[in-house]
Parts: sequence; structure tokens; C-alpha cells
Amino acid sequence: MKTLALFVVVITGAMLIYAGQDLPAFGDINSPSYQAPMTQYFIENSRTESGVTNIVTALLASYRGYDTLGETAVIFTAGMAVILLLRRRER
Amino acid sequence: MSRIQESVIIRTVVRIMVPFIQLFALYVIMHGASGPGGGFQGGVIFGAAIILYAMIYGIAEGKKKMSDALDKILASTGLTIFAATGLACIVCGGMFLQYHAVPLLPDPAKVSRYLIDLVEIGIGITVLAVMISLFFDISPPESEPEEAEE
Amino acid sequence: MSGIIDIVYAEYNYWIYVTLMMIGFYAMIAKKNLIKKIIGANIFQTAIFLFYISLSDITDGTAPILVGEHGAEHAEHAADVIYTNPVPHCLILTAIVVAVSTTAVALALIIRIYQEYGSLEEDVILAARRELQPEFSEHARQKSVAEVGEQ
Repeated sequence: MKTLALFVVVITGAMLIYAGQDLPAFGDINSPSYQAPMTQYFIENSRTESGVTNIVTALLASYRGYDTLGETAVIFTAGMAVILLLRRRER
Repeated sequence: MSRIQESVIIRTVVRIMVPFIQLFALYVIMHGASGPGGGFQGGVIFGAAIILYAMIYGIAEGKKKMSDALDKILASTGLTIFAATGLACIVCGGMFLQYHAVPLLPDPAKVSRYLIDLVEIGIGITVLAVMISLFFDISPPESEPEEAEE
Repeated sequence: MSGIIDIVYAEYNYWIYVTLMMIGFYAMIAKKNLIKKIIGANIFQTAIFLFYISLSDITDGTAPILVGEHGAEHAEHAADVIYTNPVPHCLILTAIVVAVSTTAVALALIIRIYQEYGSLEEDVILAARRELQPEFSEHARQKSVAEVGEQ
């Protein structure tokens, strides 16, 4: 069982390393994700559009605000689920 | 009561440090718009302050600082602040969470900035309440502390 | 030979994440203890986080916080500052919160399982479950499949 698990893990890792050869080098300024038009747009326009200097906050609360609302709902739901699971016996 | 919880040094240091950790958490939340920080990080730091207090002084003492009922109220309040900010933008004629639509100040970028701060505060309140309630729920009951060992 | 070393050195970060991911994956599928499975899942998630964050890094880039807004001392350099990619940071901030939530719910479920079965070992729990609910045992399942087949 353990050898089978090790075999599966090594095969997965080898596949990932083979696939990772095409990824951009570490710290490469020409990487596709950095040269993408949206990334440059966020860096240039987040100050004027959302008024905050932290680009990550501008992305999180303004451009992706709906996603962040869902994320807050996820953590709220997790808290309520733990309360439902563990506080049931006290009553 | 373990040996760590009886130590005078640790009890005194924790009692002195907790307000400063909470102050730092508020700084991180409010600084989220202009520097490293934000609602999630600050909320977790604030929760960690209460968790540290409860670890040293016991769960019962910790629940005096943050009771179960207050926990649930705060967790819902934070989410409501976030959703209400989004709905206020709809009421003012924009789209959901389109901060420019709210006519509070003449400069739309400033309005956006202050509303982002409000949203971060909402996130922070939810996160701190949920973190504290997770710790209180997962920790073993106070009355039988020896049962937690194996 | 030096070409291979250069290629490996330029992408050494991916090797680290693949190794971390393999450790977490192995813990998830090979360990029988439920807590160890959760630890494996967390190592796996951390590997993914580090992978995304390293994708966003730019050589000589600064953190994605606009320079020159808080004072005049750096304002003259503001035009030619290189910022790292902010988008993966934002994605991973979301992912970390989801990871915390899933870990919390998983730990709560494990506590409930321990209260019911008195053990965290997968084998013991499955055996106890077969004793408590015979309809879940493999033999009964095969018998019911056979009955359905006869009809």
C-alpha cells in the first residue's frame, strides 16, 4: 500500500516537473502573467480608479469585491459549521 | 493548569502585551488601503490576541472577554457591513460594490477609498469573531483538562 | 552540461514546490491517521500558495504598493519603479482564507469522529462502522448487488 502510494506520488511529481519546464524562469519580467494587459492595467490605473495605493487591496476590495464578499461568507459559514458540529452536545 | 499557565512572567507579559497586539491589529486593518495589511490579516492578529489571553488565563476567562453570543453577533455584523456597503452602491444608482456611485464626497476616488476602508473593517470583524469562536470550540472543555492528553 | 545546470537553476523554485507537493500528497494518501491527512493537505496547499507567489515575483521588483504617495523622498523615482505582479497575491489571499476554513471544518469533523469512535485511525473507524452498520459492509453490499442482478 505504501509502495503504491509512493509510486503514484513520484509519477505525479515527475509529470509536474516535466510540465513545469515551459514555465517562465524565476523573476522573469517577460513572463506572460506579468505582461498580460490586465496586469499592466491594474498597476497603472488602480490609483485613479479606486483611490488606494495598495494595488492588492484595490484588487481585493474593488475589482474583485464580489469574490471577497463570497470569501467572507465562506469563513462565516465555516465558523457556523464548527459551532453546529461541536456545540450540539451542550444542550 | 499546566506549568506554563502558572508562570508569573508569562501571565504578566501576556496581560501587558494583549492591548498592544490589539492596537497593532487595528493599525493593520486601517492601513490596508495604503500599505501592507488588510481586513483578513488584521482580523487574524486581533483574534490571536484574544486566543493568547485565553490560552494563558483559561477558556473561561477568555469567554469573559468575548462571549459566545457576542461572537455570533460580531461575525454576522461584519458580513452585514460588507453586504450593506455593496447594496448602498446599488441604492445610489451604481452597480454592486461600485464605490464611485456613492455621492458622499466630490472626489469619487476618495469615496472609493473610504468605502474600501469600511469594507476592510467589516472583513476584519467577521474574521476575528470566527477565529476566536473556532479556538473556543476546538479546544477541550475546561472542567476536564487531563482528558485531552491521549 | 552547464546548460542543464542553468536551466535547473533558473527554475529551482518549481522543484521545491513539486517536492513539497509530493510530501503533502503522500501524507494524504498513505497515512492512516486523520490528523496526518489534514497536515498533508495543508502542506499541499502551502506548495500551491508558494508556487503562485513565486510566479508573481519580478527581479528587482518592489511590493505592489505605489511608491511616492506618502512623501517626497522617493517621489522622483516613482516613474521607473518595477512592481511585482499583484494579481497572484490577491488570488492567494483568497485561497489562504479558504484553506483556513476547510481546515477548521475538517478538524471539527475529526473531533466529532473521535467522540463517536474513540479513534483517529482509518482502519479502526472503518471496522467499527462495519460492526455498527452491517449494511455498509462489503459482503452485504455484494449480496445486495447480486440480488438486484437476479431480479
